[in-house]
Amino acid sequence: MTETSQATAIIDNRREQSRIRRFYAVNGRAVNSFVAFICVWLFFASQNWMLFLNPGFYGSYLYSIPPSIIMVTALVFVITAGEIDLSFPAVIGAGGGTFMWLMIWGMPLVPAALVTLLIGAVLGLGIGAIVVYGKISSLVATLGLSFFIIGIVNFLAQGKNLELREAVGTWGNTLFVGKWTIFGTQVPNHFILSLIWVALMYFLFRYHRFGIRVQMVGDNPNSARQMGINVERIRVGVFVLSAVAAALCGVILVQTANMVWFPLSGKAYLLPVLAAIFVGGTPVWGGVGTVIGAFFGALTIGLIPSGAVGAGFAGYWTEFIFGIVIIVTMVVHRFSGGRVS
Amino acid sequence: MDAGAPIIELKNIVKRFGSVEALTGVSMTVRKGEVLGLLGDNGAGKSTLVKTLAGVHNPTSGEVWVRGQLCRPWTPLAARNAGIETVFQDRALAPQHSIVTNIFMGREITNAFGFVDTRRQIAESNRLMREIGFTSKVFSPESVVGNLSGGERQGVAIARALYNKAEVIVLDEPTTALSLTETQKVFRFVEAVKASGRTVIFIGHNIYHVYDIADRFFVIDRGREAFEGPKSAFTGADHLIHMMHQLAETGRADVQSLKQTA
Repeated sequence: MTETSQATAIIDNRREQSRIRRFYAVNGRAVNSFVAFICVWLFFASQNWMLFLNPGFYGSYLYSIPPSIIMVTALVFVITAGEIDLSFPAVIGAGGGTFMWLMIWGMPLVPAALVTLLIGAVLGLGIGAIVVYGKISSLVATLGLSFFIIGIVNFLAQGKNLELREAVGTWGNTLFVGKWTIFGTQVPNHFILSLIWVALMYFLFRYHRFGIRVQMVGDNPNSARQMGINVERIRVGVFVLSAVAAALCGVILVQTANMVWFPLSGKAYLLPVLAAIFVGGTPVWGGVGTVIGAFFGALTIGLIPSGAVGAGFAGYWTEFIFGIVIIVTMVVHRFSGGRVS
Repeated sequence: MDAGAPIIELKNIVKRFGSVEALTGVSMTVRKGEVLGLLGDNGAGKSTLVKTLAGVHNPTSGEVWVRGQLCRPWTPLAARNAGIETVFQDRALAPQHSIVTNIFMGREITNAFGFVDTRRQIAESNRLMREIGFTSKVFSPESVVGNLSGGERQGVAIARALYNKAEVIVLDEPTTALSLTETQKVFRFVEAVKASGRTVIFIGHNIYHVYDIADRFFVIDRGREAFEGPKSAFTGADHLIHMMHQLAETGRADVQSLKQTA
């Protein structure tokens, strides 16, 4: 037996001993987030089985959830790196506006979307550079930049909405928000896009050098620096990723709103998205995180408004249920263990 | 390269932190195949010197030469690429992550697209861990470092320094907070590294430990070089301790005059 196969055999033996426990040790946070999602769904569904077992009920859910999914899974990198980005709602607004202006100036939809992502990346580079090289707390810096960016966008738009009705139904628009009927549910293309994005983020976070280094920097920045990791570059990188995701959300939001854009279109996402990250099992202290958990976190938080109404609660109960779900899942995540040091 | 040839040369290194001058012009030569014991009292500039060797501190002025070549800029990555691996006093680990991830921190085995080859990393970790006799039924390469004992964490840091066949291994206070058997393990490891023709720089508080293991000594005091010489300059560990005392009291080290009293 060669040395390597011997080594693998040893590991395989250990794995055999408790495969489930090992799986939970690595993926516990994601598993708990999935369980939380199922529990919330069961709670709503138990009030009205007929409605919640009808696939048609989920059409609008799948139509509205993708921006949250995209934003949450990208922010996992930011939180894991030990930073926070409060500027993403402003970048969603800026991204949507850029996308509209490019099209109003005559650029076709798909190239306009790609250029918007590029501009998002440049914006993220600026935000990251100010936070990292300016040595400012990301909480304060991105809060300030959020006002600053949305201020510029508001000024450029003169506070007005933009519309481009003639772009509705073009092939580019269909590519983004066209729908398929799968098992009686209307599944829009941008939901499929968000699933592809989640897969991309999952592999980037867990198996790519960048994702691994994000985790190292968040866990112990001094160690990471001593081992030759360019800590500053990794930190700037997470802000670039967050801003690209926000720009993509801007592009999608404009299209799900029938090509109408307003400057504050990202504002409603701030608190639900932040809640979804933590409901999704990424801890606040940095160093570890879970993309799959965040995906379920976004699904959970996104289900609450329509789920509450579907279950027969009056609309004003929504906030109450948000609160209950956040607190309870935080307690559940304690079972994934606290911080080891 | 011949045994005994200089491998690292620090030339007139000055390191300032604001108005504090931690190193005031230190020149040091590290020769191939030797175990160099680096000594100094608290605040003498030992850890600044170690971090300069590791590339963590870029000197305010002065030059770092490795194998006869001037290294500039001098960063942690440059030091590791030049074949200098450091086991830091704080172990420089990511406690929430696995042994494998820690061993390959900053030096992941990846494909052309930057995706990590997990299988190979695990196999390499297993090989390294067995090489230094760092095995246990209780943990595997996938165990989380935060659940390991101090000695086991030291093992992870040493395994990491061994990967890539580094020519120089810097051990910063490797025996601090270790049990007697764990200390013995570290000593055996240093012997093994030396036997393979590589160089060790051993930094320690415990002068007996350093005296036992080192071939040559480099003592710094108040940011400057106070003594450099071979083990043969001393009659025993007590002689070295006397010199350190003398240094602390008078700021001067006179090995010859102490020989009679020791």
